[in-house]
Parts: sequence; structure tokens; C-alpha cells
Amino acid sequence: MAQGWLQFALFLVLLTALVPLLGTYLAKVFQGERVFLTPVLGPIERLGYRAFRVRPGDGQDWKAYARSLLVFSLLSWLLLYLILRTQDVLPLNPEGFGSGPWNLSFNTASSFVTNTNWQYYGGETTLSYFAQMAGLAVQNFLSAAVGIAVLAAVVRGFIARSASSLGNFWADLTRIVLYVLLPIATLAALVLASQGVVQTLSGSELVHTLAGGQQTLAFGPVASQEAIKELGTNGGGFFNVNSAFPFENPSSFTNLLEIFLMLSIPASLPYAFGRMIGNRRQGWAIYAAMIAMFVVAVAVVFAAEQHGSPAQHAAGIGGGNMEGKEIRNGIAQSSLWTAVTTVTSTGAVNAAFDSLTGIGGLVPLANLSTGEVIFGGVGSGLYGMLMLVLLTVFIAGLMVGRTPEFLGKKIEAREVKLVLVAVLTTPLLVLVATAWAVAGHDGTMSIYNAGPQGFSESLYAYMSQANNNGSAFAGYTGFLQPNAPGNAGAEGFDFANLLGGVVMLLGRFLPLLAVLAVAGSLAGKRVAPLGAGSFRADSPTFVVLLIGVVVIVAALTFFPAFLLGPAVQGLTDQLF
Amino acid sequence: MNGLRRDLTTAATALLAFTLLLGLAYPLATTGVAQLAFPGAADGSKVEVDGRVVGSELIGQDFGGEPGYFQGRPSATEYSANVTYFNNLGPNSRELAEFFAAQRDAYLKREGRYDPGLTVAEIPADAVTTSASGVDPQISVANARIQARRVAAVRDLPLERVLALVDDHTEGRFAGLFGEPGVNVLKLNVALDQEAPQ
Repeated sequence: MAQGWLQFALFLVLLTALVPLLGTYLAKVFQGERVFLTPVLGPIERLGYRAFRVRPGDGQDWKAYARSLLVFSLLSWLLLYLILRTQDVLPLNPEGFGSGPWNLSFNTASSFVTNTNWQYYGGETTLSYFAQMAGLAVQNFLSAAVGIAVLAAVVRGFIARSASSLGNFWADLTRIVLYVLLPIATLAALVLASQGVVQTLSGSELVHTLAGGQQTLAFGPVASQEAIKELGTNGGGFFNVNSAFPFENPSSFTNLLEIFLMLSIPASLPYAFGRMIGNRRQGWAIYAAMIAMFVVAVAVVFAAEQHGSPAQHAAGIGGGNMEGKEIRNGIAQSSLWTAVTTVTSTGAVNAAFDSLTGIGGLVPLANLSTGEVIFGGVGSGLYGMLMLVLLTVFIAGLMVGRTPEFLGKKIEAREVKLVLVAVLTTPLLVLVATAWAVAGHDGTMSIYNAGPQGFSESLYAYMSQANNNGSAFAGYTGFLQPNAPGNAGAEGFDFANLLGGVVMLLGRFLPLLAVLAVAGSLAGKRVAPLGAGSFRADSPTFVVLLIGVVVIVAALTFFPAFLLGPAVQGLTDQLF
Repeated sequence: MNGLRRDLTTAATALLAFTLLLGLAYPLATTGVAQLAFPGAADGSKVEVDGRVVGSELIGQDFGGEPGYFQGRPSATEYSANVTYFNNLGPNSRELAEFFAAQRDAYLKREGRYDPGLTVAEIPADAVTTSASGVDPQISVANARIQARRVAAVRDLPLERVLALVDDHTEGRFAGLFGEPGVNVLKLNVALDQEAPQ
């Protein structure tokens, strides 16, 4: 037990040490400054601009920025859908898999374009290497880059002085892919491959085992996908059991590395923000609020899992809850991963969430319910948190009777309305979709477990999809694949696939547009000098207030739903 | 309208360029480098016995209850390495409790013959629970030390020798700190076959 806490403490120290380094680098990339990779990548970057026929210096107002982003995402969706639907005639399909059904492909395309990576399919049993590489992994890069680009644009809106430009979407996209995601992913992929994460184009291999049985080993270009899947907070596993599978995550070392990849960018962005606005304290204040909530999440899930489950106690089995966990990860690294993958919007798992204890499973749900702002997705986490910062400023302003302002800009009715759209869209989607999904047979046919766990599965499914996380209580099913070669007879559930897909798209793009609109509105405002009466947003008091707002918004919205599922199971030893 | 049309051409060009770069160049270059630099690891860390591949050291396999072998953890997938899924039963599931009880009884019966003092309280949790991957290559050290008595008796080896082999095949925490130690079952069984062929 003490050993587990030591692992967490060391992890936090290492993470916090990384933040200023990567944060500085990110800020430089956002501001178009020279970095150490510029001599190598600069020519490629300029080649890209020529091919795309854009001038990186051409500023776009928020509407133009949003239009470029939406057009790009729409084409991305169409291409991915096309690949998924035609993989049977495309190359690199050693297992000869058929193409996906329309409803499943709709869900999957929506999932990867929105940085969600919710998976109703199992990778190693349905997808060709081409679909994984050229379809899914490309969106792992691009959806992450889109999220980070929006953040960069929003920060520019905060610091602009009576301007309208938020930057250039195409330049942001290109620079983030070339200078941030691709170099780190390449390096990480090679390190992972050196540790046993497979990276090959060979098809599966049948072996005769030591005890005289047979086993078919599935392979693929896994390391290259694993690296960006964690780095871009995407989370879609090459294999169905995700990073629990040893070919994705073979050792204690790779486990730690992958956890770092998930958190590195989201944790460094507040620092980058602080550097860009010229107030590093402000960056650290937001980081402090995030890390405080994260520490609580880790502690609760670890303590709950150490306690063991009612099912194992009924059988007289002591120790912690090892059901659905791997030996090499143990309870400590499974708990840490579980917290990291749900505070960030990654959603990759190294343990089975459906088999977490009641309270252990409540933690990922609670993390998601904050709207993915405790670190959150790359870019989307911080821009979501900045909306809550504005809300906190507004509430604090009401309490002390002053016009609320942030970074010297007045926060007025228009901004507050847009902030509320950004903050409340996702919870509304979650609650409506969950209610719909448990109300009739179309939705409940996806449920696997009986009793309150069945409700938890449904709530988790729509919580995860609306918040673009992608982790699951994986008993929840949207796709059946009878044991037939080439996916013959495979079918998706219309209800689960379509509702989920729509929820992911709305959960991604509605808040994103509201956030860009806020940035556009703020960009045009003058900056007032900080007076003696100004409420400081970089103080410990503010950190506490911000945490309060995050927790209260989530708790007021979701507390009744939590009681119906995971809380019931955490409070009783009864079996269902 | 003009702006939209320009966005469409730019988006199409950019998407094509990024698909070539990120969807083909990146994974293929990574594959090339990994295959040259780490051929064993990138190809699945295969284990050979007498020149024949018997599996991967990272992927657990079914030892079919053979008393001369260490046995891996229960698996929801019968150790499938190409169709993977979780057990997915919840913490308060009656079905799961019954599964644990059955695994517990089987373990007691199998090991109790060679370790008559073995009690339910001593059974390590990993011996009755399914792993996440279904192919966990490891078992806990406590689990291996219990099974060592059976394996030693069946193979007619001194218990100390078998325990020493267990120690040799125990993989520690990263940097002595992160993760948990575990015993690699396949490698241990291969070593046993070399030491005392059945």
C-alpha cells in the first residue's frame, strides 16, 4: 500500500518537472517562434503552406477560423467513413476482413474525428492494417491537433488588444502536427517497439504452445499507433482490450511511459498559457486546481480497489480487486492509469473498468462529469477549463459586487451566455441520451450486467461519448460479431451506434464553437490596467473557488445519476 | 461562398498530405526502423524451443492444467491472442462471485494435494481472477511459490531448485519502484522443461 503511494508521489514530481520544459516549447510553437527543430522542419512546413495555398500570417476572425476547422473536420469524417466502408478492397488487409456495417462505421468515424475513440468494434478482429494506419491513426493526430489549435486560438483571443484575428487555422494545424505531435510520437513509437510493442506488417501467426495447444498471435503496426493514441489523448486501442494487451503495453516501464504520454501535453498547456499571457502564476494556478482534483481521484480509486470487491469477498478471497487487472500493473498502476485516462480525455485502459469496485468505478465517471477539464483532452481540456475560469470570475464578481474581468478584459453578458453554452451542452447531452437509452428496449439491449451495474454501463457510455473520452464499462455492446471469417454476419446496433455518434459530434463541436465565439468576443475588447480593486485570478483563493465551481457544476448535474449506479454498489455487499 | 470554396480546396489538399505523411510515411518508417533496430521485440518477442516457435514471452498461454507446468491466471478468453475481450462482470455480480468460488475450489484441489495446509485465505487474488488482457503472461510471486510444490513433486525436483527458478523468472518493478513484480509463466515452464524434461 505504502509502495503505491510512493509511486504516485514520484510520478507527480516527475510530471511537474516536465511541465515547464514542454510548456515553454508548446508556447513557442503556438506563437510561431523558432525552436530547435525549425532548421529541420521549417522547409517542410513552408512546403505545406505552398501546397495548401495559405499564408500563415493571414489572420482569421473566429468565424473564419471555425469555418476552416469545420470544413476540415467534415472532410476528415468523410474520408474515414469511406476507408472503413471499403477496407475489403484496400491494401494491407492480411486477415481479409470485410468492411464495417454503415451504422458501426458512422459511430467509429464520428468517434475518431472528435478525438473520442469510443470503440464498439474490436480492432484485431475487424480492421485492416490500412484502416488502422491511414484511417484511425491519421485522425488520432489530426483531431488532437484541431483541439490544440483551438486552444491556441482562444489564448490569442484573450491577449489580443482590440483585434479580431485568432490566428490562422491551417498554420496552427500544420505547426502542431509537425513540431509537436509527429516528433514526440515517432520517438515514443520507437521506444515502445524496443520494449516489445509490436510494429510489423506481417499477418497473424499460428503457434503450437508448450502444452500442446494452439494459439494465434495477432500482430500489426501497433507501436506507431500506440504512441499517438496516448500522446493525442485519443485512446483507441489497436486491440480490443486496449493497453491491457501486452503487445500494446508489455511492461511496467511502457506503462509508465504511456501514462506520461497521456498527460504530457494536457499538463503542460496551462504553463504554455501562462507564458503566452505573460503571467506564469496564472498558468500554475490553473495547474494547481487540476492537480488537486487529480490527486483526489487517484487516491479514491486506489483505496477502493485495495479494498476488494463484494464478489470476491463472497468467495472468501482476500487482497485487492485483481479482477480485470494485469499482474505487471498491479492495483497501484491500474489505479493511476484509470485516473489519468479519465481526467485526460484519453480513454485508453490497462484494466477492465466494468470490473472496478463501485467506488473505484465512480471515480472515472466523476472525472468525466467535470466535462474533461482536469487536464482534459489536448487543447480541449484547457479551453474547457478556461470557460470555467470565466464562470468562476463571473460568480466571484457577483459575490463582491464588481464587474467581472479576466486578464484585464471585462466579462459581460454575451460572454457569460456563451460560457454557459460551452459548459452545459455536454451534461445535457449525457443526461438526455442516458435517459433515452435506459427507457426502452433499443437502448437496454446494449446492457450486459444486471442490476445497478447495467445502469452504470449506460450512463458511462453516454458520459464517455459526450465528453469525447472513449473509455467504457465495456460490457455495453453496440456491435455483434458472430464467429465468422471476414466479418460475415457482423452487425451494429442502430440505436447505440447512431445515438452515440451524434452525441460525440455535438459534444465536440457545440462547445468548441461556443469557446471560439467567446474568444472572438474577447479579442475585440480593450485591456484595462489591473487596479487595486481587481480580483486576482492567480491567487490561492481563486484556485479554491475554481475547484468549487468545477465540483459544484458536476455534482449538481450528475449526483442523482451517480446514486442510481456506482454509489449503490459502493454502499452494499449485495450481489445482483 | 468564395471563402468556403477556398477552405474546401485547402482542406482536401491538407487532408491528403497529412494522410500520406501520418498514415503511411510515419507508420512505415517506424516499421522499417523498428524492424532493423529491434527485430525481436518489434516482431512479437517470440520464444523458440528447439528452433520451433512456441509462443511469445509477452503473451500468456494455456497450460491445460498439466501438473508439471506452472499454470497462468484464469482467462475470460481461453488465452486467445487474436480475439480479445474483458470478462466485464461488475463488482457486485453474482455470476462473478460464483466464478471466483469455482476457481477457488479448483485451485485448492489442484495445489492442496501437494500443500495440504493450504487455506482459502492464502489463495492469492490473481489465482482466481481473470486478467484484463486474457493473456496475462505473469502470475504473482505468491501464486508461483504455492504452485512450486506441485511442480517440484511432479518433476521430481528439489523444491529449493524450483523456487530458485521462480526467482530467476520474476520480473521486477521498473526502476525498483513502478508496477508490480510478476513471474513469467511461459519462460519459467520452458526453463523447467530444460532442467527436468518430462
